[in-house]
Amino acid sequence: MSSENALLEEYAQREYEHGFITDIEADSIPAGLSEEVVRLISQKKNEPEWLLEWRLKAYRHWLTLEEPKWHNVKYPPIDYQASVYYSAPVQKPKLNSLDEVDPVLLETYEKLGIPLEEQKMLANVAVDAVFDSVSIVTTFRETLEKHGVIFCPFSEAVHRFPELVQKYLGSVVPYSDNFFASLNSAVFSDGSFCYIPKGVRCPMELSTYFRINAQNTGQFERTLIVAEEGSYVSYLEGCTAPKRDENQLHAAVVELVAMEDAQIKYSTVQNWYPGDSEGKGGIYNFVTKRGACRGDNSQISWTQVETGSAITWKYPSVILQGDNSVGEFYSVAVTANHQQADTGTKMIHIGKNTKSTIISKGISAGVGQNSYRGEVKIMKGATNARNFSQCDSLLIGDKCGAHTFPYIEVRNTTGKVEHEASTSKVGEDQIYYLRQRGLPTEDAVNMIVNGFCKEVYDVLPMEFAVEARKLLNVSLEGSVG
Amino acid sequence: MLEIKNLHARSEDTEILKGINLTVNAGEVHAIMGPNGSGKSTLAHVLAGREDYEITEGEVTYEGKDLLDMEIEERAAEGVFLAYQYPVEISGVSNKYFLKAAINSIRKHNDQPLISRGDFVAMLKEKLALLGMDKSMMDRSVNEGFSGGEKKRNEILQMAMLEPKLAILDETDSGLDIDALKIVSQGVNALRSPERGIIVVTHYQRLLEYIVPDKVHVLAGGKIVRSGDKSLALELEDKGYSFLSEGAEAIAAN
Amino acid sequence: MIATETDAYQESFNQFQTDQSSTAPAWLTALRQAAMERFTELGIPTKRIEDWRFTSVKPLATKPYQNVQSISLANGDAEELLQRAKLDESFHRLVFVNGHHVPQWSSQHELPAGVVIENLASSIRDGSRDLQGRLGLETSDEAAAFVALNSAFVNDGAVVDIPEGVVLDRPIHLIFVSVEDGHTVCHPRNLIRLGKGSGAAVIETYLGREGDGYFTNAITQIELDEKADLDHHKLQHEQTESLHIASTYIDQKDSSQFRSHYFSFGSLLARNEINCMLDGEEIVSTLNGLYMPTGEQLMDCRTRIDHARPNCNTYELYKGILDDRARGVFNGKIFVHQDAQKTDAKQSNQALLLSDDAVVNTKPQLEIYADDVKCTHGATIGELDENALYYLRSRGIAAPLARKMLIFAFANDVVQGVEIPAVRQHLETILLSSHGLPDV
Repeated sequence: MSSENALLEEYAQREYEHGFITDIEADSIPAGLSEEVVRLISQKKNEPEWLLEWRLKAYRHWLTLEEPKWHNVKYPPIDYQASVYYSAPVQKPKLNSLDEVDPVLLETYEKLGIPLEEQKMLANVAVDAVFDSVSIVTTFRETLEKHGVIFCPFSEAVHRFPELVQKYLGSVVPYSDNFFASLNSAVFSDGSFCYIPKGVRCPMELSTYFRINAQNTGQFERTLIVAEEGSYVSYLEGCTAPKRDENQLHAAVVELVAMEDAQIKYSTVQNWYPGDSEGKGGIYNFVTKRGACRGDNSQISWTQVETGSAITWKYPSVILQGDNSVGEFYSVAVTANHQQADTGTKMIHIGKNTKSTIISKGISAGVGQNSYRGEVKIMKGATNARNFSQCDSLLIGDKCGAHTFPYIEVRNTTGKVEHEASTSKVGEDQIYYLRQRGLPTEDAVNMIVNGFCKEVYDVLPMEFAVEARKLLNVSLEGSVG
Repeated sequence: MLEIKNLHARSEDTEILKGINLTVNAGEVHAIMGPNGSGKSTLAHVLAGREDYEITEGEVTYEGKDLLDMEIEERAAEGVFLAYQYPVEISGVSNKYFLKAAINSIRKHNDQPLISRGDFVAMLKEKLALLGMDKSMMDRSVNEGFSGGEKKRNEILQMAMLEPKLAILDETDSGLDIDALKIVSQGVNALRSPERGIIVVTHYQRLLEYIVPDKVHVLAGGKIVRSGDKSLALELEDKGYSFLSEGAEAIAAN
Repeated sequence: MIATETDAYQESFNQFQTDQSSTAPAWLTALRQAAMERFTELGIPTKRIEDWRFTSVKPLATKPYQNVQSISLANGDAEELLQRAKLDESFHRLVFVNGHHVPQWSSQHELPAGVVIENLASSIRDGSRDLQGRLGLETSDEAAAFVALNSAFVNDGAVVDIPEGVVLDRPIHLIFVSVEDGHTVCHPRNLIRLGKGSGAAVIETYLGREGDGYFTNAITQIELDEKADLDHHKLQHEQTESLHIASTYIDQKDSSQFRSHYFSFGSLLARNEINCMLDGEEIVSTLNGLYMPTGEQLMDCRTRIDHARPNCNTYELYKGILDDRARGVFNGKIFVHQDAQKTDAKQSNQALLLSDDAVVNTKPQLEIYADDVKCTHGATIGELDENALYYLRSRGIAAPLARKMLIFAFANDVVQGVEIPAVRQHLETILLSSHGLPDV
């Protein structure tokens, strides 16, 4: 057993393969946060007055808030004045084609496995590449526009589709929602905007690839997806950052709106730099994601594979307003080394016959702490609402922790809520069995862990599932025995 | 006593019964056989009144009344009994209480006096003996922790206690070993009478060696494709269900 | 904390200390004083505190409850309630009225050598049973303010000591009756200690008279030495205008066994906390509970199980049936410390809502710091099982009765875990009458 323990320890040491730094001249503003900074960001983006006002309202509200304390993660106080709130690679102001993108940036994405030249890409995925505070390029735009699908950087949407942005911005996550959402609303820099018109099935996967590069910089992006009546979209999101010794803040907001009969599938593979094996550095990932099933028969699915970040704090949620609407949450969260995650979902049932499913798989290794926190609410009018939740934890090694905090509230006699949670470890007998059949220990562990996560992988788009599997194996390298 | 005419039923989007015609007279035992998924259990549950099925066409007359118009418990009170293929476990309710509640509910419905404690105990004792069951089982929760065989026996016990006019046995033989099968059949045979109709739904001919039917029907694809006397069951045993396709074509041709 | 909220209790406390000054030993006066200071410092919890999010104890702050210095039994109310509470004459019995022991109504059968069943005030008077350490209970948990308040006014309650190897042949019944008018409060403190290999069954019954509404702030401390076995029952029948806030602390050593059966029927607000510290190996703990609020009642059931050492098993089953505008809260935490390998913890919480105006909040929690453990929790809230309903109806039982049977069965599941026949029968009778299940 002790040798297996040793193997376990060793397995917990892992390499972060996206940790390089891109050397590029950046237009950054000085560190610190004030009304001036908020105005400066707005000015740099040449924003209309209403948006500046909205940012300022958010900022002023943020000043009245305290950082939440209810989560099960520990970190030293964040100095919000030490962070840089805007950093953009210096390049020509308007980009009309890929030829005008700085080759250094293209190289960066190439290295990350995300080639931005359309001919090199998977033909069915359109990518918006966000580098620090700005979007540098969005591919396949013409193809999408032919179908009436809008997919562009958020900053561009503010100018090109102001009425849409104004209508939906903050309509799901108001600027006053929580500490981190308020901060984001004040200083958000860029992100993606998607609009799927009535009856359109988006012809390809939309994807945003977020990269933090600059030092001491926070990233505050904002994504807004609106799916009109009867439309469908599948959206993917990926994230990486260089290895740096200091912690960097990432506070994003994602809002989804699904109208009648619309369906939005949102998948995330989050692989921000998790910090080194001593717990030094890494991204603080405080994210607010929420979807509103506004119309009858609408559907929103969140799928997330969370392998990165020093701290993950996110609860992708669905507000089930429309009758017969469906909310889903599938999650794999890995905490190895010193990583901490407090993640889960909220399903708020308001409409009749609404259904939600929650499948959460938490894997803890090293001294990682993994918490599932979820809330299921069946409101009074939600006749025949159904929820099924399953939260499973897998522990690898005896220094980590796995925690489950589900909140359930039911106000309707016809509501049905089922919650199951279990905790287990990678069984020695399982490893022994697989090794007896000829598998090396690491492969055996990977097989068991991947099997544990299978229900979540099954709902990921295929390219992502492969990526997720690989990531998980890397994350847990050296974790087991 | 029971007349089913052109009965169509569906569950969600799937049509399962596609025009069943069947007449069962008092005193008769009918066997309904057929391959898996042919609609046998659906037919049994449609007669008992399960709400998962939608009747899209046809009618069922029972003792001159519209059976499909009755509530589940009303059908039971009027004498329709279904012995379940998978009896339901109800933890916390004793068999004894359950049986007495059922008997008295039925009596109340029929404006009969409630059963006295003494009569109930005596009757229960007699029926338990018939089925070789221990009386301690009556203090346990309904079907909870019962083996497969015990559950089936318990179904037949309930049937004996409730004395229905029309008994429907849904795959009562499945999961029974030969000894249990004999006891269960004995229990059913004891209930055969000129006033009572019995429908035996089964996949295998084996049960029919013990409960000899007057008529045998073969259900396939939601329709009765062949009807005959007990020799039909033997023929099926011999040839399997594959020969049915010919039969179905023959009917279609008619 | 607004100072005025605790001020009223401070006045009452000063009066209490003065009244007690001639009889209380110095250590106790000091202990009460320290506890009062702690209560003032902590204040009455508000809904802003996560652990009190669903449970408002505002009435305590707005309308302070009065301590009862002496009781009168003249009008017969207490006696009538006592008759209602009695389960079996063969039980050992300690009766308290508004927090004060009533010797003439208490009864003891012959006890094995060394067994003590007496009231706390007598123990204090005798200066026996190392009370100082045990009464000095100070916690930093969510109930800390009420623990402090109880300690500040600590005066009476039950003291049970079972020496090594003794297994009591009959249960001990503790009955707490509230009858005094005038918005009164009592702070019972029960100390139960079982020596190595000993065994006992204890029943706590709480009830009171209709009237102004009163407040019971009870604490029970249980210590189980190696291989000790305690079967603990709590029947909460307080009248429906009252507040009942109670904490039970259980400290278990190696191979001890503890079974808790909590039944909550009464009170306007009942908050019951059970804290199990499993400080040994091979311990088995079972926590079962049933709460059935109706009308405007709020019942908050909270359990915390600390698996501090390896190889312990815990089983937990809590069920709730909520009607009218009632609110139910279940909060169950299982905490598995790093040392507690081979823990096996199972928790299940189920609730039935009978009215659309009723609300249930459930928060089962697992906090696990050891890897070789089996922990599961399940929570289901919802309607009666459709299959079971169909089955009953297909046997001729009309839907309303079938529904009642299933509600009864749902609750009866917990009642059947009670091993003492008199207690079980008492509960069955309540279930039958509260849900109108006819004798068929």
